[in-house]
Amino acid sequence: MSKIKNAFSKNLKQFVMLITLVVIIIFFQVLTRGILLKPMNVFNLINQNAYVVLLAVGMLICILTGGNIDLSVGSVVAFVGACAGTFMITWKWDPYLSVVLCLLIGILIGIWHGFWIAYVRIPSFIVTLSGQLVFRGLTLIVLQGLTIAPFPARFTSLSTGAIGNFLGGLLPGVPLRNITSLIIGLVIAAGVIVLQLKKRADRKRKGYSYDSLAATLTRAAVISAAIIYFFYILANYSGAPVVLITVGIVLIVYSYLTSKTVLGRHVYAVGGNEKAARLSGVKTDKIKFLAYVNMSFLAAVAGLVFAARLNSSSPQAGTGFELDAIGACFIGGASAYGGIGTVGGTLIGALIMGVLNNGMSIMGVSIDVQQVVKGLVLLTAVAFDVISKQKISLGFFSRLFGRFFHRKQAV
Amino acid sequence: MADALLEMRNITKTFPGVLALSNVNLRVEEGEIHAIVGENGAGKSTLMNVLSGVYPYGSYSGDIIYDGQVCQFMNIRDSERLGIVIIHQELALVPYLSIGENMFLGNEQRGPLGINWDQTYQNAQKHMEEVGLYENPRTLIKDIGVGKQQLVEIAKALAKNVRLLILDEPTSSLNDEDSRNLLNLLLKFRKERGITSIMISHKLNEIAYVADKITILRDGATIETLDNRADAVSEPRIIRGMVGREMVDRFPRRVPNIGEKLLEVENWTVYHPLFTERRLVDNVSINVRRGEVVGIAGLIGAGRTELCQSVFGKAYGTKISGTVKKDGQVLEMNSAADAIAHGFAYITEDRKGDGLVLAESIKHNITLSRLSLVSARGVIDKDQEQQAAENYKQQLNIRTPDVEQQVGNLSGGNQQKVLLGKWMFSKPDIMMLDEPTRGIDVGAKYEIYSIINDLVSEGKAVLMISSELPELLGMCDRIYIMVEGRIVGEMPRGEVTQELIMDRIMQASKGAQTA
Repeated sequence: MSKIKNAFSKNLKQFVMLITLVVIIIFFQVLTRGILLKPMNVFNLINQNAYVVLLAVGMLICILTGGNIDLSVGSVVAFVGACAGTFMITWKWDPYLSVVLCLLIGILIGIWHGFWIAYVRIPSFIVTLSGQLVFRGLTLIVLQGLTIAPFPARFTSLSTGAIGNFLGGLLPGVPLRNITSLIIGLVIAAGVIVLQLKKRADRKRKGYSYDSLAATLTRAAVISAAIIYFFYILANYSGAPVVLITVGIVLIVYSYLTSKTVLGRHVYAVGGNEKAARLSGVKTDKIKFLAYVNMSFLAAVAGLVFAARLNSSSPQAGTGFELDAIGACFIGGASAYGGIGTVGGTLIGALIMGVLNNGMSIMGVSIDVQQVVKGLVLLTAVAFDVISKQKISLGFFSRLFGRFFHRKQAV
Repeated sequence: MADALLEMRNITKTFPGVLALSNVNLRVEEGEIHAIVGENGAGKSTLMNVLSGVYPYGSYSGDIIYDGQVCQFMNIRDSERLGIVIIHQELALVPYLSIGENMFLGNEQRGPLGINWDQTYQNAQKHMEEVGLYENPRTLIKDIGVGKQQLVEIAKALAKNVRLLILDEPTSSLNDEDSRNLLNLLLKFRKERGITSIMISHKLNEIAYVADKITILRDGATIETLDNRADAVSEPRIIRGMVGREMVDRFPRRVPNIGEKLLEVENWTVYHPLFTERRLVDNVSINVRRGEVVGIAGLIGAGRTELCQSVFGKAYGTKISGTVKKDGQVLEMNSAADAIAHGFAYITEDRKGDGLVLAESIKHNITLSRLSLVSARGVIDKDQEQQAAENYKQQLNIRTPDVEQQVGNLSGGNQQKVLLGKWMFSKPDIMMLDEPTRGIDVGAKYEIYSIINDLVSEGKAVLMISSELPELLGMCDRIYIMVEGRIVGEMPRGEVTQELIMDRIMQASKGAQTA
């Protein structure tokens, strides 16, 4: 019994967030009279939010190392987009070469930031605020204040559009536009079931606690059903967005890095207790440095994805992106002090932000009100986390209200 | 006989799992200087924190009677209102504010429009002259020396109309001349203004010089109060009171099996990382043999922690010079990672601050210092990790349902075992234990002593810092005595007694020349 309770409380946060996401989806599905989950809208939703997920994963790593944030990512997105435009549109360089160069530029920017933060020990807030100004300014210089367009198709096809229906035409009697998308979904779902069963078998063989077969199968079935439904929706429109490949790879790689590798463990340790980590032989400076190199690398990836989606390089691209990314991390359960947070949670956080944006836009809620709502959601999510963790909630509220009621009674 | 200004009756204070004060009585008469002495952890600072309201009324039992009234202080402000002012060992001054601003911090001289700066600096000047501090009150605190900073604290107390001044180790960071000034100032205040003082100190010659009464605390209880006015109290008399406890069988037996020299530290000198002129470890040479437990005795601030941390891959301090040898080979270690790779472990005294990652599981903490043992090509083998953690949970008897538990939820004793497990996991040859039993109960202490015995029986070398002398006497084969960064003595088991150690410490840390 206590074990169940324990497992539940441990996963409570993630579970609550997932439920929140589902509730928000249902809420907007009803309010928008079903538009939210229309195939075309889901397709757009993914394309609109891909860059947030990419940036949020990078931001999560920075936050994990001790609540450090990166305010420069919006400007880096713009700068990398500007470089991409200059290489491909102005100078007509090869798109693939240009992509590689842009990613290298991202890494160089990260080295610049990481050097000042990790080795000179200037607070990350200041270094990246400086980066925000510097790279926005450089973007304007590179573009001379102009928007340049369009990109060659070889570049935009890397992250826009749908995965083609190369596995053949329409099935007789099934009104789907893109069968391939559904097949991809089925393959992923099958993979999930196999992995779940394998994990259970491994735990059983090694003598650890394991779930009953029914529980495992139920969980696998629910996850698979969600995946199949998701791809089924997409199959009704033009198919699975190409950008899902990039996002999927990033999510899988970083989940693995954070949960299974020595490097990932060191990141958590630095954020959890930097002194203890250093005395345990962790190269804390190096970890911080790498976190920022990685952040700017992912910002470069996001910059390319974003430029391809707009099919132009704009001097104003990426404004305010850093706030979306930071918000996604905190809504997703990352601790503002570092050491706590997961890639999965961050994905859910990004989706909550994305669905909120999209749902309110469909309903015609104006941008100003949208910002108010997003701001309050962020505060609520973090307040929930802080209060549930500190266990001061009861004491605090009883003192607050106790005093209030006390006075009333006295009168 | 003068009236009692302060009486503390049957004060008892417990921290989770620790009885810090047990029925302590203290009687301080108006206009006297009352010294409180005792070993580290005897309860002196706790008693003063109870008196000044740092621990609020209700968190302890017993009565505080001040000026004939029973007092119930909820915070420092309450006690200050009655003229009780405490000056802590760590000065509570803000370095980037001026002397005057510091003196009236929290007690600002208000005018109709905010702070009245003219009055602030004028009053500051007045009180500074009273303590013999001739500086511009607009000077920043960071620009004056420690001795003058101590005077600012006293001037600050005067500004609060102090009647009872409490000083916690006031001369510990002062040189001889500044110490003498300070003591004379106390005598002057007593004579001219009738200010009563309570002074906590380790420096017995200074106590003999200024104190009227001396109260000795030991293990959280009042032992006796000696009258220094009637007949001068000798230093050995005080030391006997401080350490004279009965030794019961609190330590597991060990058959010594001592081998070759494993660790040799030679001419080791370390400076403070920020105040790079302050020498914290001064030309220290020590060694530890295989199978040997060697202790370092000394007061808090003697440089023991700094010594061990700096040996551990220069994890502390700057301008470090000297050599570290293991098995006769000189080692070049420039990071904690290097030290771990060479088979060193340093188990910190501050398990929460720099030992454990409290938000992480027992499992993740245990493997952190040497993840390479449970990983291949940078990927952690979670099964191996689990097994290793289970292994230490069993071996060290860590009381917890499973190794997934967050370390922050464990009791102090269990946390300490996790910390030990973490460093045993790193397979060291040389373990440096810094206050390994601080703040844990007697049962857990015994278990930790047993673990230490097991370690040396495997041929490891253990270097142990402890402020509890009985612990050092019970566990160590040899004890070094460290005072103010220097090794001032080395005694083998059998020859050493608590009185000898305390005497050596007191001799070496002779404070101000008061004769």
